[in-house]
Amino acid sequence: MTVSTLPRRLAVVVVVAVIVAFLSIKLGAFRDYQIAEIAYEVTAVAGLTVLTGLSGQISLGHGAFMAIGGYATALVLMHLNWPFIVALVIAAAVTAVAGGVVGVAAARLRGPYLAGATLMLGVALPAVAYAFPATFGGDQGLDVVFTVPSFLGVNFPLTRWQAWVGTAVTLVTLLLLANLCYSRIGRNWRAVRDDDVAAALDGINVAVARIRAFVVSATCAGIAGSLLAVITALVAPGAFTLTLSIALLTAAVIGGLGSLPGALWGSLLIILVPTYATDVASSHGLSSSVGSNIPIAAYGVVLILVMLAFPQGIQGGVRRLIALFGGPLAREREHIATPEHSEKEGSS
Amino acid sequence: MSRPHRFRLTAAVAVATAAAFTLAACSSSPGSSSASGTSTGSSTAPLTASAPGITASTILIGSHQPLTGPAAPGYDEIAPASTAYFDWVNAHGGVYGRKIIYKYLNDAYDPTTTASVVRQLVLQDNVYAIFNGLGTPTHLAVVSFLNSEKVPDVFVASGCDCWDNPTQDPETFGWQLDYIREGKILGQYVAEHFKGKKIGFFYQDDEFGMDGVKGLEDEIPASQVVAKESYVDTNVNVAPQVAKLRAAGAQVVVSFSIPAFTALLKLTSLKLGFNPQLVVSDVGSDPITLSGLLESFAKSAGATVNGNQLTQGIITDGYLPSLSASDSWYVLFKKIHDLYDAKEPLDGNFFYGMAVAYTFVQAMLKAGRNPTRADLVNAINGGLPQGPMLAPFAYSASDHDGVTGARIGVIQNGVIVEQGPVLVTDATATGAITDYTGTEQQAPASGVPSP
Repeated sequence: MTVSTLPRRLAVVVVVAVIVAFLSIKLGAFRDYQIAEIAYEVTAVAGLTVLTGLSGQISLGHGAFMAIGGYATALVLMHLNWPFIVALVIAAAVTAVAGGVVGVAAARLRGPYLAGATLMLGVALPAVAYAFPATFGGDQGLDVVFTVPSFLGVNFPLTRWQAWVGTAVTLVTLLLLANLCYSRIGRNWRAVRDDDVAAALDGINVAVARIRAFVVSATCAGIAGSLLAVITALVAPGAFTLTLSIALLTAAVIGGLGSLPGALWGSLLIILVPTYATDVASSHGLSSSVGSNIPIAAYGVVLILVMLAFPQGIQGGVRRLIALFGGPLAREREHIATPEHSEKEGSS
Repeated sequence: MSRPHRFRLTAAVAVATAAAFTLAACSSSPGSSSASGTSTGSSTAPLTASAPGITASTILIGSHQPLTGPAAPGYDEIAPASTAYFDWVNAHGGVYGRKIIYKYLNDAYDPTTTASVVRQLVLQDNVYAIFNGLGTPTHLAVVSFLNSEKVPDVFVASGCDCWDNPTQDPETFGWQLDYIREGKILGQYVAEHFKGKKIGFFYQDDEFGMDGVKGLEDEIPASQVVAKESYVDTNVNVAPQVAKLRAAGAQVVVSFSIPAFTALLKLTSLKLGFNPQLVVSDVGSDPITLSGLLESFAKSAGATVNGNQLTQGIITDGYLPSLSASDSWYVLFKKIHDLYDAKEPLDGNFFYGMAVAYTFVQAMLKAGRNPTRADLVNAINGGLPQGPMLAPFAYSASDHDGVTGARIGVIQNGVIVEQGPVLVTDATATGAITDYTGTEQQAPASGVPSP
């Protein structure tokens, strides 16, 4: 099992990379930007889906971790002028520390209390930027300079480079996450999620497992925030509102909690549906008061439909379809969320 | 000098097929007999696709607007109003024969969405310019992108002083009265009319509120200010702030707030038995929007109030023509309103959308017959006539602020009654506030500015 898993995942990564590279050349500049947007969204949602789906903790404040990653990147690029990859690593490290601090508090809290505490973090943290305008630029935020490297030539479109960087970082993050989820650490998370008393009896340190999940999840959000900074060329408190945190959780649930492919489906949905619905609404010449509300209504309808049809999220639906038509193929599929799968894995 | 041009322009409207030619003839100023060198100067040059978003028959411009969400009430009327004005211009010969197509997308006042929709407009739809993008935090998210792409970013719908940064952001231009100037003008009025009274500030905790307070503090003696309370626009409970203003004994409260929070300030004050003289910034004081919000907020709390009664006596300021039937701009804007946008209320937001669209048409006419993007920026840098505004624009190569002054007004029976002369000033702490001595312009009979 372990022998075949890594090469298979690497193959998936390469295939996705090739598809994105092809699409980014074939499609226009705005689609490239959307690919980059989806990339950072997937990274953040993947982190959250691991936290909530695998370790059973909730966070309504992941936007705050993205803010930490974004600001760290902006400050490093601005003051130290180091390459982006270094800024990215620093941003990830800073957010990991922040995630650890929050995780220590979170390990003591359950359900609504944890939701409340993380909610407070999500609301309060971006306001720090207002308190120290000299460092964080206040409402205006900090500009982030991100350019195409010279070896690609002057005519290489910036958005394509952003799509490439975003996709590369996201794929590496997902690969590491997938390996982590299948490792002992991931199994411990599932054990803690399903029954923390039983897990403790089995010798798992419940608090450490929970804090670890928070650190990993926050790091992903920090990486996502770092990508967001270089993709939108700006970090400002207005970009990290509660709406963002809620959207991340929505994407995680809609895609299928605990599932990394689900993170992709969820992100695709929340980024593409509003744009598509807006295009449809405006091309049918609807009045602006109707047209502007259609994307929101469509978004709501899609959320309801997905939850009705696939209570396990989109990835849950995909799995069911594969199980219906694919038979034995389904067993080969990578699903890390469902408890029954981990049993299968144990037996194989 | 502009009068004969306007007659020729009216004639052009009558002869629809010849419109392009006649309009072009108008465009060549008396001194430009040698203008055949460049395509923009030539009066008969064929219309070409001279820039992204410009074809021989159309000009495509884009914008981001809050059509849903907390900032939508009132502000969602602005872009349809601009569209109505462009429809009127398009029906009357267009800009050198080209029709303006105005595509505005909803960003729900969320900066991340703004970043996305503006890239859609620029990278996918290839708009010629971004026009009247609404909101300070939202538009800040795209300023550096638009400037790096060299897309004209004209007449931002926000009074933040941040749009006036010509060295770093040469493509970006403000339009409405900036909040520092507005704070100074309101502050001077308060200092003169409420000598010795205790004054409190209530303001939004961002550039908007802080710029306003900066202007107020330039004029109001610090000894008179007893409390400064800010709110964040995501928290609708302003009772703590109002209680502090009340405890400090404020007799006058100057408020830099959006309409919803002006209404909350008023209702919360009422609940606490606190009744100071309110002085409210232009963006938060449109009487029609305000009275509607007051009534609907009170209704959702189980009370009935008369909106117009509650707005009675609020002191504010305005830089747009008044909503009075004797004003030539009112007559023009009402005509266009009834023709193209009759379902929306004829209020301050409608006027705003009309006036900013009028300014844009003026700028496009000045940019020339086959303009590049740089031509539009250069045209505005060369200054624009004030059109419907009460005071002149500041535009120059070194100043990208918009209108430079306003007139104090008092809300009476749901309309703003203007008080005293138009006051103009600059955005510096020491710059004097003076009476504007020039005359306001009259609306052109055709409803379309002359080139």
